[in-house]
Amino acid sequence: MKLKTTLLATSVLTVLGGAAHAQMANDMTVVSWGGAYQNSQLKAYVEPYMANNPDVSVTWDESSAEAVAKLRAQNEAGNLTWDLVDVTAADAMRLCDEGLAMEVDHDEILAPAPDGTSASDDFGDMIVSDCFIPQIAYSYTFGYRNDVAEWNGNEPSEICDVFDLETFPGKRSLERRPHNNMEWALICDGVPRDEVYDVLETDEGQERALAKLDTIKDQTIWWTAGADTPQLLADGEIVFGSTYNGRLFSVIVEQNQPVSMMWDSQSYDLDGWIIPEGLPEDRLARVLDFLYFATDTQRLADQAKYISYGPARTSSAPLVGAHAELGIEMGPHMPTNPDNATNAFVQNYEWWADYRDDIDAKFQAWLAQ
Amino acid sequence: MSDMSQTHGAETQSPPSGPVLAADGRPLKHSLNRALRRQKMRALMLIAPLLIFILITFIAPIADMLFRSVENQIVEDTLPRTVAVLGDWDPEADDLPPPAAFAGLYRDLFIAAEEKTHTRLGSRLNYETTGISSLFRKSGRSMDDVGEEIVDTIEATDPIWEEPATWAALAESAGSALPDFSNVWADFARVVRADGDDPAEENPWEVLHVSLAEDLRAGAAAEYDGPLKAELGQLTQALAGVAPVDYVAAMEDVDEGWSDPAVWRTIRTYAPRLTSGYFLNAVDMQLTDQGVAQQPEDQRLYLMLFQRTLIMSLTITLATILLGYPVAWLLANLPMRVSNILMILVLLPFWTSLLVRTSAWKVLLQQQGVINDLLVWIGIIADDNRLVLINNATGTIIAMTHILLPFMILPLYSVMQTIPPTYLRAAKSLGANDWTAFWRVYFPQSVPGIGAGSILVFILAIGYYITPELVGGTTGVFISNRIAYHISTSLNWGLAAALGTILLALVLLLYWVYDKLVGIDNVKLG
Repeated sequence: MKLKTTLLATSVLTVLGGAAHAQMANDMTVVSWGGAYQNSQLKAYVEPYMANNPDVSVTWDESSAEAVAKLRAQNEAGNLTWDLVDVTAADAMRLCDEGLAMEVDHDEILAPAPDGTSASDDFGDMIVSDCFIPQIAYSYTFGYRNDVAEWNGNEPSEICDVFDLETFPGKRSLERRPHNNMEWALICDGVPRDEVYDVLETDEGQERALAKLDTIKDQTIWWTAGADTPQLLADGEIVFGSTYNGRLFSVIVEQNQPVSMMWDSQSYDLDGWIIPEGLPEDRLARVLDFLYFATDTQRLADQAKYISYGPARTSSAPLVGAHAELGIEMGPHMPTNPDNATNAFVQNYEWWADYRDDIDAKFQAWLAQ
Repeated sequence: MSDMSQTHGAETQSPPSGPVLAADGRPLKHSLNRALRRQKMRALMLIAPLLIFILITFIAPIADMLFRSVENQIVEDTLPRTVAVLGDWDPEADDLPPPAAFAGLYRDLFIAAEEKTHTRLGSRLNYETTGISSLFRKSGRSMDDVGEEIVDTIEATDPIWEEPATWAALAESAGSALPDFSNVWADFARVVRADGDDPAEENPWEVLHVSLAEDLRAGAAAEYDGPLKAELGQLTQALAGVAPVDYVAAMEDVDEGWSDPAVWRTIRTYAPRLTSGYFLNAVDMQLTDQGVAQQPEDQRLYLMLFQRTLIMSLTITLATILLGYPVAWLLANLPMRVSNILMILVLLPFWTSLLVRTSAWKVLLQQQGVINDLLVWIGIIADDNRLVLINNATGTIIAMTHILLPFMILPLYSVMQTIPPTYLRAAKSLGANDWTAFWRVYFPQSVPGIGAGSILVFILAIGYYITPELVGGTTGVFISNRIAYHISTSLNWGLAAALGTILLALVLLLYWVYDKLVGIDNVKLG
């Protein structure tokens, strides 16, 4: 199997401009998010890749949060130091728009599924941009403390409970940007899910969403870092808060805090690789060789052993096993698990690319009032 | 050195009137200047490495960044033909620009899409009008649908038109006979060569077919005098049966957004190579085709943030003076052994990471935190009425006062050390009470330290970013947080540069006011 993969990779690379193993650069600078997520990448595919290719050395740069700005600066300075960058889908789209990320043919550079399904079919809708090579699906969702006396034994079960201060009094935390918050507010203001973005396009719709958020504004702490909500929940500073599902997993399962998960109306987001535009041939060859390995079905399934994010390939789902250290089955903790995904919605990246500047200005002005 | 002795000698023999001469007969002023110039040059040479270093790594990048606040060539560079025509369009009279603008847009956008620069312009214009980003992105995908009939007709007329070499030969022999075609060909050749390919081997773009058809329709075949004359004549005949491209309809087919006058107005307003738009945005105004207007009320943000930044920085400066003055006084007046220990306590925060200190404040100040717990335990506040000390302006002021305190204490301390204790004793022996002796004798001598500390703390505070971001919530964030947002998240570097320029100007202005009020000579660091 491994030999076959290597052979395939080599043949693909030979097709791609005649690069052979000998011409591959041996140093690779990979940009990621740091923390538990980067560790999952390290364990699931970087270390196995380095075991296969002992000459290769990988340098990590934990700059994914500022990847777009830094890549633009590198591009303007004409000094590209990154080889492979892990970004969210929305950032990938912008990097593609700015001409900073390389457009790729997914079927040409990525491995097909074990049953022969082509890569683009295997990833399916996850390929939201020509530059984007998806790795995982994560979600923004809510965690709540399950020991709040004032709730009289009630537990929140749906998104609109976030806005229900009568039944569920206490402080909340929401992200300090309009994404997801505006959608949730409209859903709880009675807008059907499939019309949310149509309504949000209008001034009235935006005012409506902000008015809904106004009802909980003075009970809300606005977070900027993914670690904020878990810390606030663990300290009892808030009773209810949104964050990445993986962060909540670690609070609930790994740290055993009195916190529970509410999957209702979780908002999907994607994370994946982009290749910076303008890499020299030898470095590009190395990156493509690595990518072919790191995004195949088994590798993406392996990643789920270390973090509760869903693999982007359809074919990886059945291979997801138990957590590497805790030994618990990871399936039920995946945002893509059918039980968790009943009411989920997918953020509309293209829509946000248009409306981000406008709505963000209104949102920040609203916050500052 | 010899110059020096000469000038010295010249002084004694100077006549009472007329220019003073040096020993060598030259005017003393000149030789003196020359000697001084040489000294200055030597001094300059000594600092040259540092000066060059600062120029290259500090001044130049800042100047470059600030220039972005007015820079706007991307519109004209990406849409040159469109911009040239739009100048004649009067949005008051006609809703939409003339068809020539659509024709220009088709060519510009086709080329930009091939070069992949159209989406970049889309994001730029989206800062001004929502929706342009996707308009450009979507349009880029279907530019080659325009003029399909013309392309098919040309290729059906003679197989030689499917050969890239034919097109290259035509471009070479066109002269001035095929103006539209040659104009587009120049861009085609440029883009293809930039990829390292030969234009004579690349399949011609559809826009080349369309522009050639336009030229032929205008009767270019008669003017053309080259090897392809017969073929062009044939083409002219074939194309006579094909309707010319209706660019207005074609662009609306590509995306209906092109029939929205707001899009065209935005392009026209932002066509100039330099724009005041970013600066206007930075003060809650906007540039429209009708001139300068205020932003809608629900989007005004920046003036309020500037004001908040200034007021909070002043508050923090005052707080550091109040807290730092007694500490500096103790440092300067306690016995060496004790003051050294105190000094270590002052410096300790310097050796601790800023993030650690800020996070520690979170633990202390939050509602379930140490301070609130303590107050509840003592019984000063009720359990259900805990103080909100963080995630608001209070949190920012407390945390930043702590972080910036050493910058106040150290200049104060070094100034206070130079004030002889005998002055206070003298004042008291002359009959002053403790307060008078302090206020009339000691305090005025410590003012230069307060001045230095205040400038240091205020200027550091006004540009602070990470602490307000972490503990400021929504009411305690500064303008720098918005600058950071525009640099790293929205990528609106022009607006970030404009905000930064205004902030820099504000600091310089305050410095000038300070100089007028207190006098910058009155600032001492030791």
